[in-house]
Amino acid sequence: MTQSNRLSGGQIDRNTTLNFKFDNRSYTAHPGDTLASALLANNVRLIGRSFKYHRPRGLLSAGSEEPNGIVELRSGNRQEPNTRATTAEMFDGLEARSQNRWPSLKFDALAINDRFSNFLSAGFYYKTFMWPAAFWEKLYEPMIRRAAGLGSLSMQEDPDEYDKGFRHCDLLIVGAGPAGLMAALTAGRAGADIILADEDFALGGRLNSETFALNDAAASDWAVQAVAELSSLPNVRLMPRTTVIGAFDHGIYGAVERTGDHLASLPAGKPRQILWRIYSKRTLLCAGATERPIAFENNDRPGIMLASALRTYANRFATTAAQRVAIFTNNDNGHRTAADLYAKGVKIAAVIDVREDAPINHEYEVLRGAQVTDTKGRLGLSFVEVALPDGSTRTLECGALGVSGGWNPNVHLTCHQRGRPNWNDELAAFVPGADLPPGLSVAGAANGALSTHGALQSGAEGAMKALDLKGSLPDMPSAEDAPVSQTPFWYVQGCSRAWLDLQNDVTVKDVKLSHQEGFRSVEHLKRYTTLGMATDQGKTSNMGGLAIMAELAGKSIPETGTTIFRPPYTPVPIGTFAGRMKGKEFHPTRLTPSHYWAKERGAVFVEVGNWLRAQWFPLPGETHWRESVDREVRQTRASVGVCDCTTLGKIDVQGSDAAAFLNRIYCNGFAKLAAGKTRYGLMLREDGIAMDDGTAARLAEDHFVVTTTTANAVKVYQHMEFVRQCLFPGMDVQLISTTEAWAQYAVAGPNSRKLLQKIVDPEFDISNEGFPFMGCGNITVCGGLRARLFRISFSGELAFEIAVPSRYGDALMRRLMAEGEEFDVVPYGTEALSVMRIEKGHAAGNELNGTTTALNLGMGRMVSKKKDSIGSTLSEREGLNEPDALMMVGVIPVSQGDKITAGAHLMDAIGPVDAAHDQGYVTSAAFSPSLDCHIGLGFLKNGGARQGEKMRLVSPLTDLTVEVQIVSAHFVDPEGERLRA
Amino acid sequence: MIIQHPLLGPRDSSEFVYLGDASLIDRPDWQAENAAEAFHDYAYQRANPAGEHRELWFHEGGDRSWLVVTRNTVTHEISKVELARDVARSQGRSK
Amino acid sequence: MHDLVAITALGGSEPRVDTVGTVTCTEVPGVALASVAARPGQEKKAAKALAKLTGAPAPDVGRFDGASIMAFWTGPDQWMAEAPFESHEDLSEQAKAAAGDTASVSEQTDAWARFDLSGADVLAVLELLCPLDTRKMADGDAARASIHHLGCFVLCRTPEAFSIYGPRSSAGSLHHAIMAAMKSTL
Repeated sequence: MTQSNRLSGGQIDRNTTLNFKFDNRSYTAHPGDTLASALLANNVRLIGRSFKYHRPRGLLSAGSEEPNGIVELRSGNRQEPNTRATTAEMFDGLEARSQNRWPSLKFDALAINDRFSNFLSAGFYYKTFMWPAAFWEKLYEPMIRRAAGLGSLSMQEDPDEYDKGFRHCDLLIVGAGPAGLMAALTAGRAGADIILADEDFALGGRLNSETFALNDAAASDWAVQAVAELSSLPNVRLMPRTTVIGAFDHGIYGAVERTGDHLASLPAGKPRQILWRIYSKRTLLCAGATERPIAFENNDRPGIMLASALRTYANRFATTAAQRVAIFTNNDNGHRTAADLYAKGVKIAAVIDVREDAPINHEYEVLRGAQVTDTKGRLGLSFVEVALPDGSTRTLECGALGVSGGWNPNVHLTCHQRGRPNWNDELAAFVPGADLPPGLSVAGAANGALSTHGALQSGAEGAMKALDLKGSLPDMPSAEDAPVSQTPFWYVQGCSRAWLDLQNDVTVKDVKLSHQEGFRSVEHLKRYTTLGMATDQGKTSNMGGLAIMAELAGKSIPETGTTIFRPPYTPVPIGTFAGRMKGKEFHPTRLTPSHYWAKERGAVFVEVGNWLRAQWFPLPGETHWRESVDREVRQTRASVGVCDCTTLGKIDVQGSDAAAFLNRIYCNGFAKLAAGKTRYGLMLREDGIAMDDGTAARLAEDHFVVTTTTANAVKVYQHMEFVRQCLFPGMDVQLISTTEAWAQYAVAGPNSRKLLQKIVDPEFDISNEGFPFMGCGNITVCGGLRARLFRISFSGELAFEIAVPSRYGDALMRRLMAEGEEFDVVPYGTEALSVMRIEKGHAAGNELNGTTTALNLGMGRMVSKKKDSIGSTLSEREGLNEPDALMMVGVIPVSQGDKITAGAHLMDAIGPVDAAHDQGYVTSAAFSPSLDCHIGLGFLKNGGARQGEKMRLVSPLTDLTVEVQIVSAHFVDPEGERLRA
Repeated sequence: MIIQHPLLGPRDSSEFVYLGDASLIDRPDWQAENAAEAFHDYAYQRANPAGEHRELWFHEGGDRSWLVVTRNTVTHEISKVELARDVARSQGRSK
Repeated sequence: MHDLVAITALGGSEPRVDTVGTVTCTEVPGVALASVAARPGQEKKAAKALAKLTGAPAPDVGRFDGASIMAFWTGPDQWMAEAPFESHEDLSEQAKAAAGDTASVSEQTDAWARFDLSGADVLAVLELLCPLDTRKMADGDAARASIHHLGCFVLCRTPEAFSIYGPRSSAGSLHHAIMAAMKSTL
């Protein structure tokens, strides 16, 4: 198909032809085109169907304000719905499809909605489908969802990469039109560190759309020269294809750079988009202005567009929407479009100007004081009806109608911190208010300077003011400086199905209905009619709706007020916000020092926080995880096992007040702990609830190593710094995390000492006498490597934990396995670790669950009353010390084969099963290879006095009832003889 | 938001962890007559002002300093940033 | 001499080296680290002891200084000493000997994984990684920064050569992030 609507000139590269498809039909285009300009060039006006009524729709604008011309871009897993054709840069092979139509764009079955428009008017969601209730979920909602809506998702994973980045500058200039370019030249020449960002791929803004001259050059040529000068300045960073989406606190701006959307395919490793966080000292908003339409009957037909957009298509993209065009305007801008199109050989049907004193032109007809009252054309505009001031009507044949109702400054970013724009009577538009985001100022059309000269001057002044530059304004090119006075004309009287919000299908009639039903404040109007709530945030529709509501309410527009804009300025793909943080990279992964060795052994890994830990080590032939775990437990308890426990938090506590500090942190005492000894410690929160537990090893008088649980390592460190810096700043104590520095392995089981004796250098005595239970110290291993040894046990066996610098952890694990062969050493994972700690009755995260106290955990007497410690005072509260307080107990099934389920609740053997009779609950459960039955730990009211009692363990959700007996929580070696062996 | 760290200058608030009301520095005396009540108020009673608020931030992604940040909860304007250690010392907590 | 063989933070026996475009990322296992935190009232003495160790004044906020043994600022009255591993595996003991009771010293050698980034376009890589204004960093600047949720130290050796210290256990994730940024921009 030929590009039958191509005009002469323009900023496209005719030497290269690009192929693209729309709704599976092939067309050609040129570099420099957007999808929208290419479609128009190929005489395609019908782009999609509307949201609610499925009316045929085309393009309204030539920029990011587009409410109407939205399509699905690309295909397969790269399919992207709701993309504005006006900002989609053309590339060879581009594929696009129309949306919201079935079976085809030209014949849409749901266009029948349009016939029922009375029924589907504003608020219909709230008024209809009320009854019967069950129908809502099953029938109405699915039906509405299918009928209404825009594009569809591919439902496949997005294969593209997205990046996030950070940039800093003295001055961020948002928008590279005349004001932005002049500001950048002014600031750039002064040497300031600046970033100039513009959403378009061609910098210049409206300079690229107009035919007037700057000095002697065409406006677009001046823009090219300005960009060339800016590119040569090392202190200026140009960011085309970059939309500044939000103004956040303290000079932080979000910006989306589309680095790959204009490419047919992305080179490997290159991002599709980058979300920049720009830290700017000052920001100058030069976002320009958006032309506003006029509402009239059937103003939504394909071919009815903004007059300025027709000008952009003609001058920049060398295309016209039709060969015969009419203009409907209330200001001189519409005449400019007519003149430009006429000059390019397009026939002008007439310029319809609502003003009685509109300028006359001799090349084509100007209808003064006239208004468009209706339009015709099934899938695109073919006629407009015009009412003339004498009461007669005319029917004009045309394929496109350019509409101009004046200009609205783009104030969006000025509203992002709740700033409200001000009404300007002369412009009949909202301009930026006084309450701007700190550090932001506004220049050019965005600030109401609507002439080219005005924009250039305001850009230069804005830059000088923002950077506090002294001296006179730089030389500026001469440019048009037409006076701007906009007489508002919002809609043609008597119309009803006249569209305001094209994307959400909101008409003048809907606004009237909203008023009639009492939804009169702007916020109510917005929500009741959905005006301005579509993806374009009403860039072209809000003003019209507001003006009509003001008129109905008999108020002025400023009295009626306005809604404000929120980030993002234009829609952003979810992937851009995610950046690289997706899938496996959602968070960093932490590997233990024995990770590579464990992987070789075929370990199954589990995520514990960010850590990957070996969960168990299956042997060939083992088909169920329980086989592996039971074996690991039995072998450890029978001989010796090794487990990587590096993940426990390790905090180095030093200083002459280190012991005094730990006395504050832990509820139990540490002052008297001798050097070379380790002690269990329980930390409380200030409210008396247990926070974390672990051990503190006193390596020297002024040096402890504190361990925390894996899960709480970060939180506990923060807490300790808080206590040190904020509560006891006079103490001589220093903290640093050493979790990563040391590879630490638990070596547990009756043969653990014998195994360690093979690697611990002979000068260190680790016999029971030389290195008793809870001992600790610095040693060397394997011929001189520095190491730390702790005689502590989580499993309940004779056990040690040995630590070496992390880089040697892999080698140490391999050495322990080799040297342990004679003892049948077994590596064990977190499951076996957990089974053994339940068998031993050690509390862990399930028990320290944010609701339990030291008393509940059976450690009430540990809370020292002789000293101040965090949580000690409030732990004495009455409510936490009731006689029937929950106490930790062990639970076993009465019938040996029965299972204990964590989370199930304990009820008396007889009596009702309900919350009122709840006696407690099970927190941890496991199969115990040592007892050959399932066991559990849990909390039971007055549990200390109820050993031997038979109860029911119930889980009404899963219909579980098991007869259980309450026993001591210490299932294995309750006297602790093995620990001390 | 940007927090003007007294030592490090402007730093992005994403580097910090928020705790809450800076009155948490004023931990009561455990041996006082009314210790139970004082600790109750300390642990549970907070003002929730729409306006200036002194609050504790931890520079987790920085020098590990706790800071007292005076921030307007309505405008997010930060008018003062101090090292919490210095604040605590000036309030006589060094004893 | 013990006979255990070390592995690098990325799990290899040799340090990993990757080049994309003008920028090279090198894993640097050959470094010993020790934190030195002055004790209250001893700040000046501790700084003096550190200066004796490094042969340069104790670095000010956000700076590093020294030669074969150098130190960078990590917090109020707190520094990290850095030296070649081959010759100074016992750096923390040397630091402790120098500082005595004026400072607390903690071995940090294997708490960190170091990657050196160098090349003409290194700043383009760094701006995808961390919020620091690395364009304004000069020789001898050191700052803590969050890189893909990892708390790191970023040291500017020259405007075209930076060192990044990240937590050793997450060396793989950090390396992945650096490589992704290099491929993205170079």
